[in-house]
Amino acid sequence: MWPRVLPGRDNVTDNGNIKHQREKAALSQGWGHWEVEAAAGMAAPVRIFLLVLLLLGPGGWGRAEPPRDSLREELVITPLPSGDVAATFQFRTRWDSELQREGVSHYRLFPKALGQLISKYSLRELHLSLTQGFWRTRYWGTPFLQAPSGAELWAWFQDTVTDVDESWKELSNVLSGIFCASLNFIDSTNTVTPTASFKPLGLANGTDHSFLRYAVLPREVVCTENLTPWKKLLPCSSKAGLSVLLKADRLFHTSYHSQAVHIRPVCRNARCTSVSWELRQTLSVVFDAFVTGQGKKDWSLFRMFSRTLTEPCPLASESRVYVDVTSYGQDNETLEVYPPPLTTYQDVILGTRKTYAVYDLLDAAVVSNSRSLNIQLKWKRPPENEAPPVPFLYAQRYVSGYGLQSGQLSTLLYNTHPYRAFPVLLLDTVPWYLRLYVHTLTITSKGKENKPSYIHYQPAQDRMQPHLLEMLIQLPASSITKVSIQFERALLKWTEYTPDPNHGFYVSPSVLSALVPSVVAAKPGDWEESPLFNSLFPVSDSSSYFVRLYTEPLLIEEPRKGGLVKRLANLIRRARGVPPL
Amino acid sequence: MGLLSDPVRRRALARLVLRLNAPLWALPVAWLERTMRSVGLEVYTQSFSRKLPFPDETHERYMVSGINVYGILRAPRAASTESLVLTVPCGPDSTNSQAVGLMLALAAHSGQIYWAKDIIFLVTEHDLLGTEAWLEAYHDVNITGMQSSPLQGRAGAIQAAVALELSSDVVTSLDVAVEGLNGQLPNLDLLNLFQTFCQKGGLLCTLQGKLQPQDWTSIDGPLQSVQTLLLMVLQQASGRPHGAHGLFLRYRVEALTLRGINSFRQYKYDLVAVGKALEGMFRKLNHLLERLHQSFFFYLLPALSRFVSIGLYMPAAGFLLLVLGLKALELWMQLHEAGVGPEEAGENPPHPLTQGVGLASLVAPLLVSQAMGLALYILPVLGQHVATQHFPVAEAEAVVLTLLAIYAAGLALPHNTHRVVSTQAPDRGWMALKLVALIYLALQLACITLTNFSLGFLLAASMVPAAAITKPSGPRALYAALLVLTSPAATLLGSLFLWRELQEAPLSLTEGWQLFLATLAQGVLEHHTYGALLFPLLALGLYPCWLLFWNVLFWK
Repeated sequence: MWPRVLPGRDNVTDNGNIKHQREKAALSQGWGHWEVEAAAGMAAPVRIFLLVLLLLGPGGWGRAEPPRDSLREELVITPLPSGDVAATFQFRTRWDSELQREGVSHYRLFPKALGQLISKYSLRELHLSLTQGFWRTRYWGTPFLQAPSGAELWAWFQDTVTDVDESWKELSNVLSGIFCASLNFIDSTNTVTPTASFKPLGLANGTDHSFLRYAVLPREVVCTENLTPWKKLLPCSSKAGLSVLLKADRLFHTSYHSQAVHIRPVCRNARCTSVSWELRQTLSVVFDAFVTGQGKKDWSLFRMFSRTLTEPCPLASESRVYVDVTSYGQDNETLEVYPPPLTTYQDVILGTRKTYAVYDLLDAAVVSNSRSLNIQLKWKRPPENEAPPVPFLYAQRYVSGYGLQSGQLSTLLYNTHPYRAFPVLLLDTVPWYLRLYVHTLTITSKGKENKPSYIHYQPAQDRMQPHLLEMLIQLPASSITKVSIQFERALLKWTEYTPDPNHGFYVSPSVLSALVPSVVAAKPGDWEESPLFNSLFPVSDSSSYFVRLYTEPLLIEEPRKGGLVKRLANLIRRARGVPPL
Repeated sequence: MGLLSDPVRRRALARLVLRLNAPLWALPVAWLERTMRSVGLEVYTQSFSRKLPFPDETHERYMVSGINVYGILRAPRAASTESLVLTVPCGPDSTNSQAVGLMLALAAHSGQIYWAKDIIFLVTEHDLLGTEAWLEAYHDVNITGMQSSPLQGRAGAIQAAVALELSSDVVTSLDVAVEGLNGQLPNLDLLNLFQTFCQKGGLLCTLQGKLQPQDWTSIDGPLQSVQTLLLMVLQQASGRPHGAHGLFLRYRVEALTLRGINSFRQYKYDLVAVGKALEGMFRKLNHLLERLHQSFFFYLLPALSRFVSIGLYMPAAGFLLLVLGLKALELWMQLHEAGVGPEEAGENPPHPLTQGVGLASLVAPLLVSQAMGLALYILPVLGQHVATQHFPVAEAEAVVLTLLAIYAAGLALPHNTHRVVSTQAPDRGWMALKLVALIYLALQLACITLTNFSLGFLLAASMVPAAAITKPSGPRALYAALLVLTSPAATLLGSLFLWRELQEAPLSLTEGWQLFLATLAQGVLEHHTYGALLFPLLALGLYPCWLLFWNVLFWK
């Protein structure tokens, strides 16, 4: 089923330097309609052929073969229970092409920088997210797709890759250049190979987890320099379509900002005879309507993004805005959307029935009325200041204890479902300088010990690899489960301290993967036809839905070198003739 | 036969009075929750209860249960890894409600984009007990046997905290308190920050209730700063938290308490000025990348803008302790000579025998004095019920009187079991005992001085001279008087008088005695409720050590 892939590694490893520079140049060009690789030493007949092609122009090309790639763009606006507003952009480029095969050089909608990565490093899946802020599940509800604060990267490699670690290292370095992020700090001390938590999201016929790598950099700060390269990957950049709303000054004036890139193989047709590549660029922001709106919870596109929508992206085959108008009370008179939507969409999203007002930008009637679309929502009655509905699953993580010697990592898992118990996969990655005492691992639910049905523990090696702890825990109905493990702080070497050691050291968040029981059973629909926000995770069962949650990262104080020690060391260094620290 | 001669009735009446005295004012929890939620905070509550070891007569409480309310302002685009705390401890009546109002106003005002650290607005009931309960629950530890519900919301590592107390709606000056539990101090930069905003806002700021000396040229300025310095030394030596901030310091949270005081001066500040200073401090703390660590953690303050660094004051304590060391060395030499002398004279066999006997004779006094210390530590609280059944006293009184009784009994106990000491070297016994006592005292004082300089210095200054000169010959009555006057309890009594004298509220003798008794009870209570270490330190460490010297003095 999985297409045979040619290992294209020969010219990667050979004469590395020159090749590398050339590739960097090629990557930096971004995508183009007519980009051709002008490699040195190309034969003259090829040049003539290219010239002919250029003369023929796009029309001729289009007649010769229908475009095999398509773009869908989508914006979902969800008023959150707390009164904030979440906006989730998704741009999905699908390409019916064998990217793995050597020699794919003609890129249309799919960004060349990423396409080349797939073939060069024999990637099967790539998931990268850059996040500033923290999705507060308890108050904002279950997200479509959460990402941990900082940078997260996980990738599945093809089983033809011989040295996965080397490919992983190169991949993270290249991505670091593409997204202007500090992904080059991913090394063996923060990379793990989870055994159960991160299954491939796309088409896969083998899940040997030795081809998976996962890393989180909780310290990464996300800013406009990361947004710009992300926007440049979009076919319409930020010139037309939904992407005109992506103005950095507004996007970073939010409570939560998460941008992500997901690449995975999907079925080309219903019978799944061949493979297409899917690139999803997602961007989620949460606007604090309360603060920016002086206590009022009304919002409009203009108030959020300081832009309005005027036209769809000409390259997009679908361009839609969904607004969640589900009313939580009995009467749906509490809120009003303007302009009134032409159509609505109803489905079971994340286990509950939701109603969305749909604005199709390709529908001329939507935009032409006022030449711009500024969707507004007005609360007819001010929403009560009551406690928001609580999601079935959320978590909290903290450090217990005080002092600089020992402590305890505690994770609280809340199952608020009144009568259903469900299992959760918990993944913890802990840096090596916190020495975990595994015998102190305790899991208690409702005052009783809760034995996990699956435990995978990989101990840390100093300066080599972090602790990895994976557990499958059954959460009893309406319970709080506490997972705690004690640790001791190791002393670091002089050079291993960060420049700001008094800030503390970060511990990456726990990852929770769970199948949460649905309130309403979902109807299996056509995967390709359903909206993008509903088709990210493959649906296996209609009675439950998949959720991946991240807890907050932790900041842990480490014992530091004191001033006296430093002064002494400087004295010794001066005596030895070495420059002082 | 009065009404109160029957112990059962008496206790029933005491309980009734205690309940009647119990506060009718309780924290308006529901209103606080609603108000905090309406300004956009995440609001949580925590209930706690604590049974004190004996009734606290100063604060009129015994079985304490209360509810803490806190709201978290989540910083946008931060992942709740760091937070700042603004806490308002509320006492049994509504004395601090001005501070609650100011805190809520600040909370309503501070929903801004620039916050990089979460801010926790905390209102605790039963002032410090509530703070302790909240801190223990936040750090998920149980140190003092507090029963409390677990916290539902957290905001990462707390970087700094400010406790606010406004005793009146008219604020003429702001007093700042830094001394925390067991003499811990916040980083000096936090105080500097406060001082900067005092100057910027033109606020009148005081330290230890004293105005800042303006005139450094005449004698008044330095005199005043010496007074302030002494007050701080006494306050720090007491080891009690001088405000709700004192409990944060254990968790490595830099904290101080601001007290708005109406001292009936002509110029008044409205709460806006105080609020501005607070907001400024929080914004500065918000901008910090690292924890406060650049400045001093050990200092003494003669004025807000001046400090004595550890490098200056530590030698003083060092020299004091050197006296003990030199004295011990002298004794060691004398003992050595006494041991060597007979050897040179050719009397080899008895020498190891005498030395062995000399060491063995030390065991009994050491054990007896340590046992006295242990009894002093354990018995008062343990035996309070027995005492109230047999004597017409309340529990708190019973504890204090038992304390004093055991203390005094320690002086009268016959420690001396030196019948076995050989007659050849009659001085060897007390010399060996004094040597041990000197080293014991020096070690204890050195350890105390390193952690709580003020306490160490006070104890050293009072105990070292008497300890150095005590011997069983010479003017024994004078030595005895000196020893009693410098015993830990007497030092405490003297410190109380000095403290009130410096505060310009001198005590009469009876008042002083009453205050002394109340302080003893508070010391025991604070050990049990907050984990203050002064009481066990005195009972288990210094009192037995002092008994050794007493023993040396009455060596027969």
